Parts: sequence; C-alpha cells; structure tokens
Amino acid sequence: METPADLRYSKEHEWVKLEGDVAIIGITDFAQKQLTDIVFVELPDKGRGVESGKQIGVIESVKSVSDIFCPVTGEIVEVNEALQDNPDTINKDPYGEGWIVKVKLADKTEVDGLMSTEDYDRFVSESK
Amino acid sequence: MKLIFEKSREGRCGVSLPELDVPLRKGLLDSELVRDELDLPEVSEVDVIRHYTKLSCRNFGVDSGFYPLGSCTMKYNPKVNEDVSRYSGFIDCHPLQPYNQGCLKLMYHLEKMLCEICGMDAFTLQPAAGAHGELTGLMIIKAYFSDKGEIRSKIITPDSSHGTNPASISMCGFETVQINSDDKGQVDIGELKEVLDSNVAAVMLTIPNTLGIFEEDILEITRLVHDNGSLVYMDGANMNALLGYVKPGDMGVDVMHLNLHKTFSTPHGGGGPGAGPVGVKRDLSKFLPNPSIVLNDDIYEFSNSSKSIGKVRAFYGSFGVMVKAFSYIRALGSEGLRKVSENAVLNANYLKERLKGDYNLPYDSLCKHEFVLSDEGLPNGVATLDIAKRLLDYGIHPMTVYFPLIVKGAMMIEPNETESKETLDNFVDVMKKIRVEIDNNPSLVLEAPSNTVVKRLDAVKAARELNLTYKRE
Amino acid sequence: MDFIPNTESDREEMLKVIGVDTVSDLFGDIPSSLLTGGLRIPSGLSEMEVKDLLRKISEKNRTEFSSFLGAGSYRHFIPSVVNHIISRSEFYTAYTPYQPEVSQGMLQAIYEYQTMICSLTGMEVANASMYDGASALAESCIMAANITKKKEILISNSVHPDYREVVRTYCEAHGFSLVEIDFMDGVTSVNKLKAKISDKTAAFLVQSPNFFGCIEDLHKIEQIVHSYGALLNVCVVEATSLGVLKSPGSFGADIVVGEGQGLGNSVSFGGPYLGVMATKKKFVRHLPGRIVGGTTDKEGRKGYILNLQAREQHIRRERASSNICSNQALNALAATVYMSSLGKNGLRNVTSLCLQKAHYLYNSLLEAGAEVVFSAKFYNEFVVRVENAKKFNLELLNNGIIGGLELGKYHASLLDCMLFCVTELNTREDMDKVVDIFRNLG
Repeated sequence: METPADLRYSKEHEWVKLEGDVAIIGITDFAQKQLTDIVFVELPDKGRGVESGKQIGVIESVKSVSDIFCPVTGEIVEVNEALQDNPDTINKDPYGEGWIVKVKLADKTEVDGLMSTEDYDRFVSESK
Repeated sequence: MKLIFEKSREGRCGVSLPELDVPLRKGLLDSELVRDELDLPEVSEVDVIRHYTKLSCRNFGVDSGFYPLGSCTMKYNPKVNEDVSRYSGFIDCHPLQPYNQGCLKLMYHLEKMLCEICGMDAFTLQPAAGAHGELTGLMIIKAYFSDKGEIRSKIITPDSSHGTNPASISMCGFETVQINSDDKGQVDIGELKEVLDSNVAAVMLTIPNTLGIFEEDILEITRLVHDNGSLVYMDGANMNALLGYVKPGDMGVDVMHLNLHKTFSTPHGGGGPGAGPVGVKRDLSKFLPNPSIVLNDDIYEFSNSSKSIGKVRAFYGSFGVMVKAFSYIRALGSEGLRKVSENAVLNANYLKERLKGDYNLPYDSLCKHEFVLSDEGLPNGVATLDIAKRLLDYGIHPMTVYFPLIVKGAMMIEPNETESKETLDNFVDVMKKIRVEIDNNPSLVLEAPSNTVVKRLDAVKAARELNLTYKRE
Repeated sequence: MDFIPNTESDREEMLKVIGVDTVSDLFGDIPSSLLTGGLRIPSGLSEMEVKDLLRKISEKNRTEFSSFLGAGSYRHFIPSVVNHIISRSEFYTAYTPYQPEVSQGMLQAIYEYQTMICSLTGMEVANASMYDGASALAESCIMAANITKKKEILISNSVHPDYREVVRTYCEAHGFSLVEIDFMDGVTSVNKLKAKISDKTAAFLVQSPNFFGCIEDLHKIEQIVHSYGALLNVCVVEATSLGVLKSPGSFGADIVVGEGQGLGNSVSFGGPYLGVMATKKKFVRHLPGRIVGGTTDKEGRKGYILNLQAREQHIRRERASSNICSNQALNALAATVYMSSLGKNGLRNVTSLCLQKAHYLYNSLLEAGAEVVFSAKFYNEFVVRVENAKKFNLELLNNGIIGGLELGKYHASLLDCMLFCVTELNTREDMDKVVDIFRNLG
C-alpha cells in the first residue's frame, strides 16, 4: 500500500489528517503489518485532553501489544467506537475506516512539525 | 471431543454419600439466600473416568517423551516423590491443627538444606511459584530500604530476563531499567555502570542467564552493585546448572528465589502447582514473610517477625511440593545433587555441539544447562514455530520458542540430566532430518503438525470471537 | 539414587564430541574461587529408605483425629475418581499448555473448569486458576485499581485474617491505601462502610460466608458500593457453600475470588490450594492469569488454546496484568473432576449434609450451655462462646477430637469464642461426643 501523500506522520507510526482544526489520527499501514492481525483496541474517553507524545490507547494482536501515542496536543472530540467490535478494520483500511481518534487541536501549526510522506517512507526504510 | 457437559443426562450422579444422620430441619436459610439454579454436569462415575482418561490421551507429559523445553526444566520426576507426598500424615494434616510436628520438621529441614545448597542464611517456603517468589523477594528489598529510611525506586534487569522479572518489578511498585546484553550474551558492564545510581534498589539477574550462559564477571557485577549500596537479586530458575558447584550466596547474591518444582523435581502439573522459596542473607531475614519456623528444645514452632513484609498467601506455602523436594534432595544427597548439574550441563553442551552445524548458534560458547539456537538464515520461509510444530509429528515436545527475546526466532533447548545419550541422539537425528526437510520439502514443515489430534489452531479467531465458557444450545 | 541414565562410557563419548577432557572443564567459565567442594547434605538414600524416612516424619503429625477445624481449609470427602484422574501422568507431568496440539486434554479440562466456576460464582468469565484464595483476593485489588484508576481499597474485618494480611502486603507493595471496615454482630458494619466509602474507592472486599461463617448481606452492600462507583469484590473461601447459596454474581459482584481447595483437594497443611477468580466479560482484559478459549483449526475441528496471552507477563513484561506464570492447573483439574463426579445433585447433597450437621452441632452446643455470639445465618461454620475455650479444646484432644478454632488470638473481643466447622465427614456420633464433653466440663 502506498503511503498517502496528504497526511503527516509520527515516529511512532501514527498518521494525522487535518480537517479544519481537527486532526484525525490512525496508525500507518507499516504499523498494522508489523502488528499482524489486530484483535483488540483500547480507546480513550471522549472529551479528554491529550498532550503530544502521551499514550492514548493500546492495540493488541495475538502476539504483541503496542501503545497508541497521540502525535498532537488538544482535546479528543471523537473516538472510533466501531473498532471495539471490528478491530481488524485497522488491518483492512488503516488510512480510512480504521481511523482511531479525532483531536481538536490547540495549535494547528503543530502538525507542521510531523514528517511528510517522503520523510516517513525514508524513516521506515532506514529503520527496517 | 465432546465436553463433559454434553455428556450430561438428567438424574445421573457419580458419587454416593451417606444418609443424613441428624434430624432434618427445614428453613435453615432464608429463601433469598438460596440458589435455585446450579449448572453442573450430571454424569456417572464411569462417564467421568472415560471422559478424563480420553482427555489425558490428548496430552503430552514428560512421561510421554522427551521434553527439552528451555528454562522450564522438564526433567523426569521420580515416582517415589509422588507416593511419599500422598502419605495421609501429610495430606490430611490441617494447617491450623495441633500435632503438626511432622510438617514443621520437614519444612524446617528443607529450609536448612536450601540454605546450604544456595549459600544463603534463611529461606521462606511461603511463595507459591517462581514469579510469586520474585514478588516476595522484591517486597523484601523494598522493606529493607524503607527500614533504612532510603527510597530507591529502580530495579535493573537485562533484556534477556524472564518476562516475570519486569512484571514482578511493576507489581512491587518499582520501575524497570532494562540493560542490553553484550556480544557474549552477558551483562554489559559498561552499560550497567552507566545506569547504577543512588536510585537503584537492586539488580535482578538470572544465573546462568536465559541463554544458558554463566556471567563470567559476576564477582565484578556484585561488587559494583554493592558499592552502590544496592542489592543483588538472583532469579534461581536455572539453579539446576549450579547444584553442588556454585552457591549463589558466595557470588554476592543477597536475595534469590528457587523454582522448587523445577530444580527439585515436582512434576509441573500441566501448569502448576509450583513453589518459589526465597532465600536471603542474614541482614534481610527479619523481612521474610510470617511465620517462619524455629526449633526450641526439640519442638518446632512458628515465629513471627515484627519487620516482616507480612504474608503473601494464606497459611505456609505449597506444602505438597515441599514434601517432594525434601524427598528428592534426601534421595540424591550431596553427591547426587552435584551429578544433576554435571549431567544437565554435559547433555546441553553435547546437543549444542551436535546441532550447531545445522542451525544458527548465535552465542557459541560453553553453555550450562541449556542453549539457544536461532532460525536466522533458514530458507523457504521456515521459522522457529514451524520447526516446533514439526517436532510434534516426531513425538518430541518442542523446545521453548521465541524466548529470550534478544535472539531472532529463538529455540531454547534444555535437555536435563535425566535423559540418556540415546534420547539426545534421537533428538539430533530428528532435528537434522527436519533441517533436510526445510531444504527439500518445506511444506512438510510449514504445514506441520500433521498427525496430532488438532492442527494449528486459529489464535486470531479465538481472540476476536471470545469463547471462554460452554453455553448450552 | 540419582535418576541419571548416562553411563561412564556415555559420558566419555559425549565429552569427546564436545571437545573437552573432563566434566569439570564444562564449568571452566565459572571463576574458580566460586567452585565449592561439596555440600553439607546427608548422603543419598535408596527408594526404600526415602519412603521409610518420609513415613516416619509424616507419622509425627496426627491425622486420625476427628476434626472440626475449617477457617480457610476444608475437609471434604474426595471421591476416588479424583485421585485416579490427577494421577494420570499425561496430565501431571505436562508443562503449561503452550503447545495446544499436544495439550488438548489439559486445555479442554480447564475450559470445562472455567465453565463450572462461572456457573458456581454467577460470573461470565473465569481464569484458569490463581495460587490460592488469599493471593487471588490481593490480585483483585490490583485489577480493581486498574479498572477504576483509583488507589483506595476497602476491606471488611470479617474477612479471613490471613487473607487480610496478604491483601495488606500486596497493597503496601503497590502503593494502595487500605482501609479496614469493622464488623458488627459478625458481619460487615454497613454504617461503617457508608462512613468510609467515597468516590476515591476502587473496591470493597468482602467474604461470604465470612471468617466467622456468617453470611453477609451482599444485597445491601452491593447497593452502597456501586452507588460510589466502586467495584464489589466478593471472596468465597468455603467453595462448597456455592452449592446452596445464591452466587455472588447474582448479587451484582464485579470480581469473585475464592479458595477452591474444598472442591476435591486435600487440606495438605495449607497448600497447594486453588485460587478461583472470575469476573464480568467487560473486564476480561484486566483479569490476571491464564485463560483458555475455544477456537478451530484450519480443517474446522474444535480445539482450545491459551487465549488473550497479550495480557500476560511473557508478552507484556512490565505492563502485564500480573506477574503470575505457574498456576494451580492440577488442583483445578481435581476440582473439575470433583464437580463432574458430584454434579448438580451430588454437590447439593454435600452442601445439605454440611448445612444440616453444622446446625445440629450448633443447636446442641447452645442447648448444653454455649452462648450465642452472632445472629447471622450461616452455612457450615459458626461461632459459640464457652467459659474456657482452651480447656474445652484440650479435653476434646484427650478424647481424639480436634475442636474449633480459638478466636481470641485473632480478635481480642472474641476471647473464649470458638469457630467450629462441620462437613459431611463429621458424624453424629462425633458431634454428640463433643457436646457430652462440653457438658461434663462443669
């Protein structure tokens, strides 16, 4: 799968899509492949404030557990409840239906500090 | 195979009980306290026996065949231990009854023998398993520093440690500081020095470590740790490599646990019970769980310490496991114990030498009771899990797989002293045969096992569609 | 006797393959200053000698007495089938079932066990076992704290003293605050509970029937506890009581823990026992220990595996739900076979015998002059006050009977109070003897 060009990326393999002052956040295709079949997603509560770099949830596969880190600062305005019943949506559509949370940003320019598509692709190939 | 519930027929019962010999009284309990439903199977005695006998035939134990499960010490367990542990004088003795001198005597002398074997000053037999021993040992370390008025929050442990180590550290409210192993698979002294600060309560080491390697610099390590005012904790899961050769106390270990059931031969019971006694040096003995056992004028008695961490389970420990360990140690005696480690180490090194030509051996040095191979470089997409599953087809229980985490596709092999050269040679033949299959007929390995009662089970489905109890249709 | 099959010539050949001369060369990586010459342990013994030695030690205990002790360790009749099944070495010499293809026997048995435990406790999911009831209760505090993200635990003083001590030890290590709630008339004081509970409370821990045998008012307690958003952790120490009593789950318990020893395991001087732990499905990922789940293989055959392993220490390391690894699988198997053999009717029969006989002894002792201490309903353990408990017990011992537990050392207010436990193993003859001895104490 190609890394979408319109998104920004973190070193923890989250992607961010900006819609107005709201950031939609998910994990990248590379991350879901590393995790293999996802069996459970622990989501944060709606309405909670988050800081960039802080853990907001957990993704569990049969063999491993990974934290979800929030790449931005703001308030969680929506969580993808559908993942509770169908965690494998992240495997099937990581950049679409598999989104995890929406965060209302405190500072929109924060996203500029994240990696571009080219930078992220390079980051992934270097860390392999 | 059907579940026992599916064999249930209304009105059947597998047990007869005597008639009530006192006058029946009605209404002893109010109706709102009494349950009306009780969903248990209704089966006859023969149904029970056949059902569970059939299930046992779908299980593989040490008595079924070779079981080189690394770090788990699946040695043959002498049957005499089973018999003596079931003497009525032991199993029918209530923990709160008087006339318990036999139990106390056995525990007292077992403690003394463990002290001698490990070079420690005192032992508690209370912890129920190895991980429980770790937790107890860490609680003792916490109590030791808090008694001195010091607050130390960190425990250092290597990346090769058992998963229970960091889990126990967290459970005891400490923070884990992980250090990397060096290229010899041992503690990287430079890295240890870097992280040793005044906040470190202890360093937690497994010796020999999970690669089966003895820490050559152990004396320097323990000196560094002690100079820092910290303590040395030894995970004694691998003590079967050292019996009669090295006493952990002599190395500078302050606190350690034993996996009594592994090293001293209690069968693993399909997952337990175990026992995880904790040994300490004199300064720490007052923090051991209550009660301890003392001998006063030929009478064995319980004794409590006011500085004790408290209790970690009800009563005194896995007494049944203690009986087996006592019986085992007395059967072997001093010389026998030494032969255990000699032969465990001999068997492991023999296997390692014979297998290293066919499989990648990341740490090629003298090993103790176990060694670790890697699936590095295997062709045709074959990985450790496939080899493990293929061994099942040959009637051999697989080695421990994917542990320690620092070896890619780890295969951790522990043959134990109770296996003969023929058994080891057969294992080598099978492993070599599998190696040829990997090259010439990889699907045999990738699709394995083919002759077990079920094939590889779908773990993803199990986790996504939770089915944890039987529900009547 | 050393159980080592290799002969001297085997060893020679093996050393040659390894490329060393002697076995001691294999220990050449150990600093020589650490090598010990030998151990001060007596010389080895033959099988005959071992049996004789252990038999003699075991006979220093007296186990032929008729006994009325319970208090966390329960004497029940164990059908012969139980020991025959747990003596199948395919079960007892196996390791933890990490290789499901060759462990279907134990895995299915644990799945059946989990189902039976859920039925007894009225909960939705159970784990494969914990060390014992007390450590399971302590683990339930950690679980409750993780679920509620609060750090205060309340525990009733009517919980078994060993259990309270274990909870205290664990809470201290974990940095939880622990608040004890006094009992009144043998059961948790509801007023004291109301006074101490707050929205900071993670869980309230209560045992029922409690240490004194009294059945707690779980209905009332549940309403208070849940009105503060805390969890209700109910502990059942005498597991057979669940054959007659309403399940803790039906009272709204969030976590049920217990001691399963009474279900087919002998008293064994306090261990190994069987820690029971069950909860609601929504909390399953916080449940410590192993959990077996059903699934299928690629050919559609039903099978069982260790499920949800990502919670456990070997994957999650410092962030695991618990450090537990070894559990009490064989004791759980014994309980499974016990519950299967007795079934619904057999277990009801056992509990009815316990209930009836215990009340017979209680009423007989009262008629003979013992004093009522608590007014709550009980199952098979009860407390009475006598003039001199120590003297009474000594006199019973002289007549081959182990009497009730003297409670004075646990609670100063209960001096000369005795906790009697009666099971199906106690005959009317024994009970009448107890009452006669009591009458004749003068």
